[in-house]
Amino acid sequence: MSQIGISSRAIKREEPSFSISKTLKGLIPKVDVKALLKNSGISLMSILFFLLFWHLGAAYLFNIEATAKIEKARTEQGAAAATQMETCIASGDVSCQPNTLPSPIQVVDAAKSLWKDHLLISQKKTAFKAKVAGTNAQRKAEGLTAIRYTGRPSFIDQIITSIKTVFAGFLLSMFIAIPIGIITGLNENLKTAFNWLIQIFKPVSPVVWLLLVFMIVKTLVRDPELDKSFIIAAISVGLCSMWATLVNTSLGVSSVKTDYMNVAKVLQLGVGKKIFKIIIPSSIPLIFTGLRITVSVAWMVLIAIELLAQSPGLGSFVWEEFQNGANDSNAKIIVAMFIIGIIGFLLDRMMVFVQQSVSFDT
Amino acid sequence: MSNPIVEFRNVSKWYGEGADRTEVLSNINLTIMEGEFLAIVGFTGSGKTTLINLLSGLLMPNEGEVLFKGKPIVGTSHERGIIFQNYALLPWLTVAQNIALAVKEIHPDWKKEQIAEYTDRFIEMVHLTPAKAKLPRELSGGMRQRVSVARALSMDPEMLLMDEPLGALDALTRGVLQEEILRIWSANKRTALLITNDVDEGVFMADRIIPLNPGPNATLGPDYQIDLERPRDKKALNTDPKFKAVRTEILNYLIDLSEAAKLEKSDQYTLPDYQPIMPNSRSFPFFKRKRKRA
Repeated sequence: MSQIGISSRAIKREEPSFSISKTLKGLIPKVDVKALLKNSGISLMSILFFLLFWHLGAAYLFNIEATAKIEKARTEQGAAAATQMETCIASGDVSCQPNTLPSPIQVVDAAKSLWKDHLLISQKKTAFKAKVAGTNAQRKAEGLTAIRYTGRPSFIDQIITSIKTVFAGFLLSMFIAIPIGIITGLNENLKTAFNWLIQIFKPVSPVVWLLLVFMIVKTLVRDPELDKSFIIAAISVGLCSMWATLVNTSLGVSSVKTDYMNVAKVLQLGVGKKIFKIIIPSSIPLIFTGLRITVSVAWMVLIAIELLAQSPGLGSFVWEEFQNGANDSNAKIIVAMFIIGIIGFLLDRMMVFVQQSVSFDT
Repeated sequence: MSNPIVEFRNVSKWYGEGADRTEVLSNINLTIMEGEFLAIVGFTGSGKTTLINLLSGLLMPNEGEVLFKGKPIVGTSHERGIIFQNYALLPWLTVAQNIALAVKEIHPDWKKEQIAEYTDRFIEMVHLTPAKAKLPRELSGGMRQRVSVARALSMDPEMLLMDEPLGALDALTRGVLQEEILRIWSANKRTALLITNDVDEGVFMADRIIPLNPGPNATLGPDYQIDLERPRDKKALNTDPKFKAVRTEILNYLIDLSEAAKLEKSDQYTLPDYQPIMPNSRSFPFFKRKRKRA
């Protein structure tokens, strides 16, 4: 070694080290904890402020309504009735509560009671199913339809019905709007032919669509077994919400970039290949924009349509609670409002996710 | 001797009708020989893309005719492959899929494996094998242009049309790709037409170079033969006197052209016929300042 003149200390060789902790750290995606905490903290604070505002507002309205009630009792029935009313309101007795905007606590109580009610009804349903299992097997063997539970649907059942209706309506609008959109986008003459129809029917209110569909479905669907209200609601939702997809698809198909059309010309692609390999893939971003709008419009018009079509969904739930006028109806309506908002938000998020997974632009 | 493969006979092209008519090209006469590498240099907006679109069949001439192998061009054809200025890659297809799309059109009866193997060969030719399964948005500009070159070549065209293929790239990548394109071209020696705005690029790559006079009513300038031997080395050519001579000649021609064009251009303004109102004239009192009321 000394002959060569290399000192063994000069060359320091590092043994490659394998560290499990480093490997694990590399696999776990880095989460910016500070930013996450900050954002969720801010959202939480704003939610608390909102609840506080709500509570104060509800208390203020409660006071006004209570005072009005007491004064009314005083003018109509005298001072003794007024004090009676006062003590009644203060005690929280159900029979004399002022009917006004409920406070957050009342809404939470209403939500809890709705959940209990749901559990009760699902219990009843399972009991009923067990009871008629034998009879239903017999009926199936004979070729008759099964006996179904015809009791009152619970809140969760109504939510599920609403979601099913909105999906059915959305699929219907997708299957009508996208083909028509593609055809009108490809052919200028067809676009002009359809234009007046689209412009006139686009702004029509969902209520009118409902009546139209009701007229047609009542005549065509004679089978008493089918759930007519579901069909009517789904078709109405589809027809109301399909216009955004139609217009966007038509626009996307007719505005393919010249570069891509040049590629199709240079490669001499046939008509079928040109449509399916170049025109439709390039218009997918706009199609999905239209679909996203369609989903949000569908969810919004669904509530009004269910109300009128008497389909057992969230819309009819809200209307029935309003008609009932029970003491916790207002609170239940507010619970429904929040559920409607949350589901709408989730539907939109789903569409954004789907849209991002098919987008090819940066 | 090779025979002419492309002929432009008195070709004119204009856009619009009547008063809004913009004459882009006028009286273009051009003959391209088989196996030749021709470059056309010109200013931006002088009608270079129009010229190449007329040749590829994407546009039809308003006057005159464009002949390919003796027959007038009626539309696009697989025999003339184009490399576009903006690459024109389909962004939802990967590199391999983009090229396979072209291959499938040329050989519709081939099986998947044949097409894949053929595509791989061209991807290898442009040195993009590691990026085979990437989407165009994940590629750099130079890589996208290479895919475009591979796609055009996979159609096995008789003539290669290049519309400012390296215009959107930086100078260094341009140099690399110029050599690549030349390398690929010299393997097969098919006819090539290069449209460019870079005189150096034209002189480096082509056998013959023709300047396009600035528009409107653009016409072709004089031919310049480039008899530098192939294969051409960029570094050596920088000091080659013949290269410098041709390049200087063409540059001077183009610069003279642009200066002449600047002198010609004069916006006609018709000035209104106003005469100044002088004091002591009859109209002057009307324009006197308002007398101060005492």
